Amino acid sequence: MKKNAKSDHEGGADRIFRRTSTVDAQAGLGAIARITRMSFRYPIMAGLALVATVAAVLMQLSIPVLLGRAVDQTQAVAASNAAPETLYPIATLLFCASVARGIFTLIQNYTAESVGHSLARDIRNLTYGKIQSLPFSFHDRTHSGDLITVGMLDLEGVRMFFSTALVRTVLLGLLIGLGATLLLSTHLALGLLALSFVPFAGWRSTVMRLTLRRTWLILQERLGVLSQVMEENLSGIRVVRAFASSEHEMAKFEVASKSALKLSHERIETRVKNTAAMTMAFFISMGLVLYFGGRQVASGEITLGTLATFLTFMAILQMPVRQLGMMVNGYARASTCGARLFALIDHETEIDNLPDAPDLKITNGTLKLENVSFSYAGNTDLPALSGISFEAHKGETVGIVGPPGSGKTTLMHLLPRFYDPLVGSITIDGQDIRDATLSSVRKAVAVVQQDSFLFTTSIENNIAYADPYTETQQIRGVAESAQLHDYILGLPDKYGTIVGERGVSLSGGQRQRLSIARTLMMKPAVLIFDDSTAAIDAGTESRIRKALREYAKDRVTLIVAHRLASLMHADRILFLEHGQIIEQGSHEELLKLGGRYCDLHDLQMRPSANVLATEVDKL
Amino acid sequence: MSKVKSSEPLGTHEDDSPRMRAVVGSDRIEEEIFGRVFDGKVAQRIWQFVRPYKRQVAISVAAVVTYTGTQLTIPLLISYAIDYGMAAEEPQSLLLKIMAIFAVIVIINFISSRVQELVTGRMAENVLFDIRRAMFEHLQRVSLSFMDKTEVGRLMSRLQGDVNSMQEFLETSVLAVGDLLLLFGIVAVMLWLDWQLALMVLTVIPILFAVRILWLAPARAAFMAAHEANSMTNGALAEAIHGVRAIQAMDRANLNAELYGQLVDNTYKAQLRASKLSQIMIPIVDTLTGGAMAVVALAGGLMVVSGRIEVGVMVAFLFYIQRFFDPIRSLTMQYSVMQRAMASGHRLTEVLDVDIDVQDAQDATSLGDNDDGSVEFRNVTFGYHPEHPVLKDVNFRVKSGETVALVGPTGSGKSSSMALIHRFYDVQKGTVLVGGHDVRDIMQKSLGRHIAMVLQEPYLFTGTVRDNIRYASDWADDDAVVEAAIAVGAHDFIEALPLGYDTVLAERGSNLSLGQRQLLSFARALVTDAKILIMDEATANIDSYTEMQIQKALRRLLEGRTGLVIAHRLATIRNADRIIVLQKGQLVEQGDHDELIELGGLYAQLYQLNYSSFDDLPDKLSDADRALAT
Repeated sequence: MKKNAKSDHEGGADRIFRRTSTVDAQAGLGAIARITRMSFRYPIMAGLALVATVAAVLMQLSIPVLLGRAVDQTQAVAASNAAPETLYPIATLLFCASVARGIFTLIQNYTAESVGHSLARDIRNLTYGKIQSLPFSFHDRTHSGDLITVGMLDLEGVRMFFSTALVRTVLLGLLIGLGATLLLSTHLALGLLALSFVPFAGWRSTVMRLTLRRTWLILQERLGVLSQVMEENLSGIRVVRAFASSEHEMAKFEVASKSALKLSHERIETRVKNTAAMTMAFFISMGLVLYFGGRQVASGEITLGTLATFLTFMAILQMPVRQLGMMVNGYARASTCGARLFALIDHETEIDNLPDAPDLKITNGTLKLENVSFSYAGNTDLPALSGISFEAHKGETVGIVGPPGSGKTTLMHLLPRFYDPLVGSITIDGQDIRDATLSSVRKAVAVVQQDSFLFTTSIENNIAYADPYTETQQIRGVAESAQLHDYILGLPDKYGTIVGERGVSLSGGQRQRLSIARTLMMKPAVLIFDDSTAAIDAGTESRIRKALREYAKDRVTLIVAHRLASLMHADRILFLEHGQIIEQGSHEELLKLGGRYCDLHDLQMRPSANVLATEVDKL
Repeated sequence: MSKVKSSEPLGTHEDDSPRMRAVVGSDRIEEEIFGRVFDGKVAQRIWQFVRPYKRQVAISVAAVVTYTGTQLTIPLLISYAIDYGMAAEEPQSLLLKIMAIFAVIVIINFISSRVQELVTGRMAENVLFDIRRAMFEHLQRVSLSFMDKTEVGRLMSRLQGDVNSMQEFLETSVLAVGDLLLLFGIVAVMLWLDWQLALMVLTVIPILFAVRILWLAPARAAFMAAHEANSMTNGALAEAIHGVRAIQAMDRANLNAELYGQLVDNTYKAQLRASKLSQIMIPIVDTLTGGAMAVVALAGGLMVVSGRIEVGVMVAFLFYIQRFFDPIRSLTMQYSVMQRAMASGHRLTEVLDVDIDVQDAQDATSLGDNDDGSVEFRNVTFGYHPEHPVLKDVNFRVKSGETVALVGPTGSGKSSSMALIHRFYDVQKGTVLVGGHDVRDIMQKSLGRHIAMVLQEPYLFTGTVRDNIRYASDWADDDAVVEAAIAVGAHDFIEALPLGYDTVLAERGSNLSLGQRQLLSFARALVTDAKILIMDEATANIDSYTEMQIQKALRRLLEGRTGLVIAHRLATIRNADRIIVLQKGQLVEQGDHDELIELGGLYAQLYQLNYSSFDDLPDKLSDADRALAT
């Protein structure tokens, strides 16, 4: 039961970040509602934006009225030969209304953008925190390029929502609503003509909205694919160069790029077709107003000023009508971007603290696994580990060896709770690690990983990564233990030397030693070397081992290695195959046993031509 | 910046007060990567990408001119209708005629606006995709040392963010032309209608220009700052995504979130400031609009009263003022778009201008089937920084078909030698020859086809297992793929995958074990069937079981092929025809197994100690031996 729920959930994750079809209307609407709610977490700015919008609209509306009045007064003065001073107040009012419109528009735009930026700040922090807390199983299944797209592009879509969609809706709604009231109350028939383009524009923009939204979604996906192609290429540039396959890479790029471009074009077509139709409708209305209004002016039914008011109002409306498309686009974008962002933010953190979980308390430093079984998501019929039980005490070193795919790394990843076992329990000093805070477990169980990711910062900062407040002596100490200190002193900036992304400028062995140093910094109760000395020469490795002899007395040390020399000194060695412990004991005991371990030892330690040749031929 | 970080390197600094040594994102300034010279030729560079679309530019400019013309005509028509079509004594047929012209103008307006937006929009997209393509293609050729020191995230932000912000600019730039035309058109029409009233209204223009000039510099700085801050934050996000496993393992999530929060705050502040500066122009423009309208209402009104102009002209002026400030307003907005675009364009051209250190000579030759697989180093000296050579005067020759094991302690220059054979870098002194030709005289593509490489770390691409194996060999059919997989012993585990060879690998093949990824990268090299095979420390990560498979595969693979293998294990070394021993960038010993044993040097001692790996050599011994050798 639990398993089913889990795999359903995982299927969902893939869909959310990869496929387009699942961001359904409901999720889109939900996203828009949520962005709106989040925007009003800044009630002062958001409120100010709305108030300023209302004020700006009122000023905007007063201008056609004042202009019409100015025309009428001018005609009246001309007809009656009145004093021209009567024109002063209306001119002053026009000036003031325009200045006020400018100021309110400034406030409206600035506060609206500020809400957007605040929202972006919140969402950025949420997204970042979420990405860091989602477990390995999530990251195993999710392409990092997709996450980056969500975190950067989708964020923009959401950020722009308040200013380009929401405020603009209010602006346009008020402008049309109040304007309509004004015009209809002045002259019903003419008012209806002046507003006749609005329903058409509304219909076109709805059609456009639906189409744009669909294309935008697919476009995002295709841009995601394009990003992935580029990113993989740039990250793997050495492979690309090694095989001189830039043509192949360009072809891959071309395919991804063309498919995105095609959709971009479709998007433009949809937009242009609709906005042009909306503008056309506007001009038709204007022509009708001019014709029928003109006839009424001629017959004296309305003044020229009234007609001028109608026409100026329509002219003022022209821009927002053209921007209807942008507004609609803002909604479409926010609904899809928002749906993806929230899907990420809301993604269940499968490995998390239990409510009120206490910190792990280290007393004796005893690690105990009982009947632990595990299988990766979507691969339940192929257990990666089954029925693993062992116990290790403080000061003890346990070696773990076995063929590839036997579950060594998987086992090591269960101990710091990168994954949770499906069956069985892992306890440290009698406390199930699932019952303690995640942070305290991670501090207690430290892994030197196979693939050491280095951060783009100084060596010093990299070593102090787990404990940035540490003292200089400590950093130097662990660097010495990891046999890295002398090398570092030979670098131009010593400990201040910046190591490049993924430590490109360091050799594999140097990176592993750096990785060891920063893990030693954690002083964990359980220290794990997960095949993390493979690129370090054995001489250096043995010196590291010597340097750590004292250090190892205070903790459980687990060593996964392929090279037997790395672990034959261990107090106990576990031999893993197909996710099970099939042999265990000390080096001598296992040799005496004459089983799989012994075979491996013969192979590695007696590399005479004959042994090798016969072994190879046996394959 | 409130970011706390250590400024002095450790070891030179003995004051031991605890300080925080933590940053998220890059700990490096932008300028260092791209240099900071502004060439001022950004627009010109962008124009190079627009040039192929000259025809479209012409069409959209023509459409814009037409469109602007219709916009200018409409107020004139209204004015005409007011003055002549609405007087009680005039026949109604005149108003109808005016309306007929109006209808024609509207249709022209519709067509021209559609053509203009469609052609411009498509062209802008095409140009963007061309720019991105050019950047990407350029990055395929720039020196590896540039790629080594440049974060992928930064490059991606250029390929995505900066290219996207150019889009806005390109799309609106033709519209900006229309706006400018409209501006001049309105000035001309107003002067034609009544030059005195027009001049009074137009006094606002110099004021507007003065304000604009004052505004320019701070606005520009603010936009740049906002962009940079945003790019820093995005870089930190990318780091968190790529390094998430390390971050969780070291329990840094909370502190990182705090540091990231600071970056986000900086971005927020910078963006607010940019927003403030871009909005400040609005009330200024509106004040001037109001002034102009008041002038028309007053002076224009007086002119109507005095009978100097018709009331229709006054209405036309009012319309033109509305329309007159529209283009100024949108030009103001386009100005900020342009500022962003210039900043982005600057960064884009910087990528396009990164030097290509290693490129084909003009008369570069292509290696053919007749060229053998020999490799030779003649007096090669090389360093990533010329002042710190990692290889010093290295000489050796590998005959075609020979297998050579390259051995030596970490940092002895083995990997660098391999990189030089492939001409990832150019040597500072001496010559590297492949097939008897200086690598600098060989076309890079041809060199790549001649050499297959297995890197220290297996790097796989998203895609099926099959696609990954035939990555460098488009010509390889399914049988060849399977054959290669069988040869390296990868077939069994591939078949066990849910969809076999059609299983799609997760990012970087993370759903496979490291050993399995290694095997796939072997198969990938094997299927290329190149004359030279280079393996770089690849065996080090593979367990003995897999290694048995590899040994077997290698023996078959190396038949009739030149092999250069950076080897750690005696098993591999023993299968080689010759062994080259490197130490601290120098060649200290070479010969076959028996010769080296007889020499009684480093290799011999190693062998006698019966170590399984050459690296098991203790340092002291190695030093002693070096003394012997020199």
